[in-house]
Amino acid sequence: MSAAAGVLLFGLSGPASAETPKDTLVIAAQIDDIVSLDPAEIFEFSGTDLANNVYDTLVELDPNNMGPLVPGIAESWSVADDGVTYTFKIREGAKFHSGNPITAEDAEFSIRRVIALEKTPSFILTQFGFTTENMEQTIKATGPYELTLVTDKPYAPSFVFNCLTAPVASIVDKKLAMEHEKDSDFGYEWLKTNSAGSGAYSLRSWKPNESYVLDANADYWRGAPAMKRVFVQHVPESNSQRLALEKGDIDIARNLSPDDIAAISGTPGIKVEDDLKGRILYFSLNQKDERLSNPKVIEAFKYLVDYEGMSQSFLRGQYTVHQAFLPLTYLGELKEKPYSLNLEKAKALLAEAGYADGFDVQIYVRTDPQRLEVAQALQQVWAQVGIKAELVTGTGKQILTQYRARQHQIYLGAWGPDYPDPHTNADTFAHNTDNSDEAGLTGKLAWRNAWEIPAMTKATEAAVLEKDSDKRAEMYRTIQREHQQTSPFVVMFQQIIQTAERDNVSGLRTGGATHDVFFWTVTKN
Amino acid sequence: MPGLKAVASTILSVAVTFFGLLLVTFLIGRVMPIDPVLVVVGERASPEIYAKAVKELGLDQPIYIQFLDYIGKVLTGDFGKSLLTARPVLEDMARVFPATLELATVATIFGVFLGIPAGVIAAVNQGRWPDHLIRLVALFGYSLPVFWLALIALLVFYSELGWVAGFGRLDIFYEDIVPAVTGMILVDSLLAGDMEVFNNAVSHIILPSAVLGYFSLAYIARMTRSFMLEQLRQEYVTTARVKGLSESRVIWYHALGNVMVPLITVVALSYAFLLEGSVLTETVFAWPGLGFYITNSLLSADLNAVLGGTIVVGAAFIGINLLSDLLYKLVDPRTH
Repeated sequence: MSAAAGVLLFGLSGPASAETPKDTLVIAAQIDDIVSLDPAEIFEFSGTDLANNVYDTLVELDPNNMGPLVPGIAESWSVADDGVTYTFKIREGAKFHSGNPITAEDAEFSIRRVIALEKTPSFILTQFGFTTENMEQTIKATGPYELTLVTDKPYAPSFVFNCLTAPVASIVDKKLAMEHEKDSDFGYEWLKTNSAGSGAYSLRSWKPNESYVLDANADYWRGAPAMKRVFVQHVPESNSQRLALEKGDIDIARNLSPDDIAAISGTPGIKVEDDLKGRILYFSLNQKDERLSNPKVIEAFKYLVDYEGMSQSFLRGQYTVHQAFLPLTYLGELKEKPYSLNLEKAKALLAEAGYADGFDVQIYVRTDPQRLEVAQALQQVWAQVGIKAELVTGTGKQILTQYRARQHQIYLGAWGPDYPDPHTNADTFAHNTDNSDEAGLTGKLAWRNAWEIPAMTKATEAAVLEKDSDKRAEMYRTIQREHQQTSPFVVMFQQIIQTAERDNVSGLRTGGATHDVFFWTVTKN
Repeated sequence: MPGLKAVASTILSVAVTFFGLLLVTFLIGRVMPIDPVLVVVGERASPEIYAKAVKELGLDQPIYIQFLDYIGKVLTGDFGKSLLTARPVLEDMARVFPATLELATVATIFGVFLGIPAGVIAAVNQGRWPDHLIRLVALFGYSLPVFWLALIALLVFYSELGWVAGFGRLDIFYEDIVPAVTGMILVDSLLAGDMEVFNNAVSHIILPSAVLGYFSLAYIARMTRSFMLEQLRQEYVTTARVKGLSESRVIWYHALGNVMVPLITVVALSYAFLLEGSVLTETVFAWPGLGFYITNSLLSADLNAVLGGTIVVGAAFIGINLLSDLLYKLVDPRTH
């Protein structure tokens, strides 16, 4: 008994909780998705957040106004009349965290190493025709502070620039990376767990599944950030995040459940900020299935979703109804929402298709509480028209493996854009160059659902070459309208990110639908 | 000579157990409908990138080659790299295992120092109110979901009363202050003589270890009670009483002394259980330990990490068993 009492007393005397210092930001978040810190490889939510603060890109998006591009490492840029030659003027006098000056050679090295390393996000850059064979000619420092890129086609310049804001295009300190090169890996092994950037923050430490700590870069070319240090701690449980926020042990909780958000709102000292994210929630019908490829059946499914009901009940505050493949705030966004729950109409359509009594079908869904709830809600609605849906559940990887092999019937899932340009989702949802099984275009959802669309594929290819941004946006709207009506995709919702903060914190930008979190804008009073 | 034979057979059984452990986990890992390549390349990868990763991971080899490869590496101390953390699994283990060991040890101390007296008191007062009360407390410990209890404990002692610190092993400002020697912060901070870090670590460990300790307490108390009841019925107890020994000496010295031997096994079992069974507690308290690590790796199909974790748990089990055998012999000469 006495031993326990002694331990208890120690606990009492210890610093149980302390308000966080004024120049320090403490964040609780789920960061166990970080697998690498190398910007050539980073492709997960938490990883891109980190890269966004540690590295700079040539051109950037303004966190306060997600529209026009703003200068990054490049002070200015231009496209030649040939439509394929891009020239970037690198900012003079800026330095990496190491103290090394930033030059065009670093930019050349950074883009080339992405092409050479061939990690997953490299496609964001290789889609401009850069290959290991031609990169010496197409990606070139043409002066100490001038970089030239030559694309294989005259793409829409907005497409090229938007892709260059993605973390994969981060500018890496060549000298530092090459000091750690092993087996001509461009410093990859080292950069997986270290950093060589020039961003507002430098990496102080990273413990996988535990935490990472960032130090402010006092010499940052935008000026030193207000928060001298940023602690991001991995706290998987929403409840634990909430308690710590209420207690004042942390400044920001990034992953609260709708229940916790509801419980916390109105609490003195805490505010909740909403930000529209790019992630969309959809289900899709495998066109290999004869029943599911019937246009009447496809249309019926679009009326068999209680869009409003779900967004106002269990998805409240975290998903808004959205019915097009481009997220809101993207160039070419489509706000029209032609579908709502209509059992009669769906019944009539099913009868016309010859399925008056419905049929049995399987929904493939990963065991994630939110997705399961959506699946169950769909199940209930479908049962009312005789469609008996069985849920096939498994971990993300299990279900995904079957989806990629086109073995599902109906797949319920989410999709987040890879880079802030409309081509990312158009390429995924409305582009399928070869519908054969052998093609293995597993990165394209149109292929995964065996949806053959020669005309729409052409339209998508044309849109990415359109130079006039307004015209380009209109082309995407046209594609989406047709997609909305004929595609085997039922897009239901777009995600809203809710960030709970102590009310002395201001200026945190979680990046909107197009980008990631920024810490350099944060202040505390 | 029989001693040598016993050692040889122990070593053999440990080796066989390990081989079985490796084989089973390896096979489960390989037949799971999970694609480890996806973990590496992500959902959007092109077929070329995918194929490259398959080759890099050695997954294009026949399964027996993969297994032999793995055994060979393990024998040379190479557990491979974790896909999730990009670090050698052995390095990860060195980080997460001490965290769990520390938690389980403090929890077991809770369990032993509260559970044994509780069990004795219950046995002595069989059928009266202290017995009922202790049984009720133990029953709760058995039936409450650990997850729920952990949250309630956080809510009451951290959030409302503010007596202890919340999640994690340290307040983040105290991270990396004391050098990691054993990886157990309580020990490391004492070694460094830094009482501020030590107090902070105590403040963090107290709640999760009390929650876990409660479950071990419940088990230990119940077992102590039944062992004690058996002893109290024995003739030597009556004899001792007749001889005029004080009741407390009879109970706490003679009877409990005889119960110690079977209790060692009980404590060892509960300790081993805490080492791998604290997954939910670790999740709620964001405690970066072994259980959490293995679960995470399993869900992400991070096979090297899962296999490495399993070996560490297996080794811990075997180690604890050996240790409790040894203690057995020390405490009870009859087993010599």
